[in-house]
Amino acid sequence: MTKAISVSGLHKSFGRTHALDGLDLEVEVGEVHGFLGPNGAGKSTTIRVLLGLLRGDSGAAQVLGRDPWKDAVEAHRRIAYVPGDVSLWRNLSGGEVIDLYGRLRGGLDRARRAELVELFELDPTKKGRTYSKGNRQKVALVAAFASDVDLLILDEPTSGLDPLMEEVFQRCVAEERERGRTVLLSSHILSEVEELCDRVSIIRGGRTVESGSLADLRHLTRTSVSAELAGAPGRLADLPGVHGLDVRGHRVRLQVDTEGLDAVLRSLSASGVRSLTTTPPTLEELFLRHYQAGGAPAEEVAAR
Amino acid sequence: MTATVAAGARPGTSRPLAGTGILLRFALRRDRVMIPVWVAVNALMVLSMPGTLEGLYGTAAERAGLVRQMETNSSLRAMVGPLFDDGLGALTAWRVGVYAAALAAVTSLLVVVRHTRDEEESGRQEVVASGMVGRRASLTAALLAAGAANAALALVVTAGLAGLGAAGAVAFGLGVAGVGMLFATMAAIAAQLTESARLARGLTAGVLGGAFVLRAAGDSATADGSSVLTWLSPLGWLENLRPFAGERWWVLGLLAGAAVAQGAVAFLLAGRRDLGMSFLPTRPGPAAGRLATAGALAWRLQRGAVAGWSAGFLLAGLVYGGMTEGAADLVGDNEQARGIIERMGGQAAISDAFVSAMIGMLGLVAALHVVSSVLRLSGEETSGRAEPVLAGAVGRLRWAAGHLVVAFGGAALVMLLAGAGFAAGHGRDAGAILGACLVQVPAVWVVGGVAVLLHGLLPRAAAAAWAVAGAVLLLGWVGPALDVPQAVLDVSPFGHLPKLPGGEMRWPPVLVLLLIAGVLVAVGLAGLRRRDMST
Repeated sequence: MTKAISVSGLHKSFGRTHALDGLDLEVEVGEVHGFLGPNGAGKSTTIRVLLGLLRGDSGAAQVLGRDPWKDAVEAHRRIAYVPGDVSLWRNLSGGEVIDLYGRLRGGLDRARRAELVELFELDPTKKGRTYSKGNRQKVALVAAFASDVDLLILDEPTSGLDPLMEEVFQRCVAEERERGRTVLLSSHILSEVEELCDRVSIIRGGRTVESGSLADLRHLTRTSVSAELAGAPGRLADLPGVHGLDVRGHRVRLQVDTEGLDAVLRSLSASGVRSLTTTPPTLEELFLRHYQAGGAPAEEVAAR
Repeated sequence: MTATVAAGARPGTSRPLAGTGILLRFALRRDRVMIPVWVAVNALMVLSMPGTLEGLYGTAAERAGLVRQMETNSSLRAMVGPLFDDGLGALTAWRVGVYAAALAAVTSLLVVVRHTRDEEESGRQEVVASGMVGRRASLTAALLAAGAANAALALVVTAGLAGLGAAGAVAFGLGVAGVGMLFATMAAIAAQLTESARLARGLTAGVLGGAFVLRAAGDSATADGSSVLTWLSPLGWLENLRPFAGERWWVLGLLAGAAVAQGAVAFLLAGRRDLGMSFLPTRPGPAAGRLATAGALAWRLQRGAVAGWSAGFLLAGLVYGGMTEGAADLVGDNEQARGIIERMGGQAAISDAFVSAMIGMLGLVAALHVVSSVLRLSGEETSGRAEPVLAGAVGRLRWAAGHLVVAFGGAALVMLLAGAGFAAGHGRDAGAILGACLVQVPAVWVVGGVAVLLHGLLPRAAAAAWAVAGAVLLLGWVGPALDVPQAVLDVSPFGHLPKLPGGEMRWPPVLVLLLIAGVLVAVGLAGLRRRDMST
């Protein structure tokens, strides 16, 4: 099976700004892929290249096995797109826009549309001008989820939604995955990506800095351990991969690289464990390490 | 609590004008190119007129003959209005007054809507209004900006014409600026009543077009501008001010009074409504839609404008057609009258020449329609609304074609309707009149083609298509009278059209124009296909 999206070495400049600087992105068919990066990292530029709205300067890109520039129309038949900032026509109702978007793609599932309008609590009779930001977004989301397509490209789709609606959104994305559809979810809401995504790509300055499944990425980061021991702790500071050790009497707090976790736990249990809390690495931490300004994020964290 | 209120603010007042000064400076800064260009073009048009007219009507006898012509020939009066004196100043005011005032009106309405409803519609006003800005400050700043533009125009025109008679120059300068302010305040009201800036501009421009036609109808009926129809038109007021011909100063009072009254209405409305809302509530729409293609969407978005332009052109045709009647009977085969009409861009036999000149004028206005229609593409693209459509299974060409069919088809439609109205009003020669209207279409399409080309190749400069349409309009309206060199006149596609009815139908220029329009569109679309969409 070909990949749903495959991008390699993509470059795109606007005048003197290099928006994309050799970006790579691989999205497998049927997965929900998180596309993470800070503002201005090039997420929206990448998506616009994938949609054939912009033309890459160099590098290769394929969407659903097609060239996004040359074969735009045929590719779009199987794609639903939700922009980060949805702009509607003032004199068209939300319902009209949903149906229009659907027909401009592969078609619309009427039952699913009705169900989604209900779920998102959207009033489809209101005119474009009168919707709030969140409601404009719901119009685009309903159209996307009800469309008969293979790939959904969602560009920060929840930036205007309230927490209840975010939950609805997450349920919808999970359902899409169950149906075997592919989702590219650009976001900087980490909990959302952690919840939904099979794999993530993190980009920064127009380049992919990390890509893989969440499990793959977690080996790059540390587990937080906090324990209360029966006796004095052993020589934890000498164990490899231990950081931020904080011993107060029989209480121990530390962070440890995934490879060193086993040794730390042995050492702790040798002293007798009364209570133990371990927190798995969050995407938050991954994110912070990659977003820190400067070239060597790992050292900076270690220096703390 | 009152003790904590900032110094200078009286408790209990909403300070509706707070921040006006800052907003005015901001508005003038944003319009630092637009306003000076408009004023310069308008002043240039007026101030180059005396010299040209002196060349055409050098002797007193010639000028007296012209006055007699205007008294007896209703069709000539319909075109430019009555002439009240044979002095060079009066001639200038007569020949260019209506156009100068119309141009000032367009400038004013654009400035006012740009700084009021446009800002609200785009949402930019929300942040501005959240500052220390009074509820009426934006409107005041917009009107002051328009006032500054009109004052500058009045000053330049008065100074430039002062040599022909100080009183007349002052009256003319103030009269033109007064019409400008009348439409500025009218646009201010429209901006309160509508939710869309486009509609506010359209309504005000529609009133301006109506004023144009009313004045023509009134002047064709009476020789001294005393018809009720003339008095219904603000452009007729300028003529009845009679600059350089025994000025009636009280008419200036009328202009000022009307402008102030309209301004007061706008202020009243502005203080009473919610930001971004209008007085006409938005009705709910259907929960499900039938739009299925990019073409249907384009038609849906543009159909209102097409209907408005169609109605306007039909009415204008009817009125002008009705006025054509007396022309031939009154004048017969008069050399001088023919000369005058030829300088209006018409052709030999009097009634044919009148019809030909009027249809030519409508053709020029249709060029504005085609530009506004083509530039919808640009508006859809820059607003981000085109993006989700193009992310559907819609090629760029299909998307553009939808709008272009409406634009180019609409141009042909409005000219056809103008012809139908003209023929109905005139009561005969339907075939010749329709033919004359349709022959304008290729020239209109060339202007539309320029807009397509600009949007395709230089999307950021797409608005320059307005400048092209404006230049073509000015060349057509006053170019022949100004003795502009033929080489310059030839730049306008309208200059190459056969003068119908009356003249000989020549196919080569028409076919060449069609070809040029086709090439412009093709190159523009090719550019659109290759370039990045602006976001």
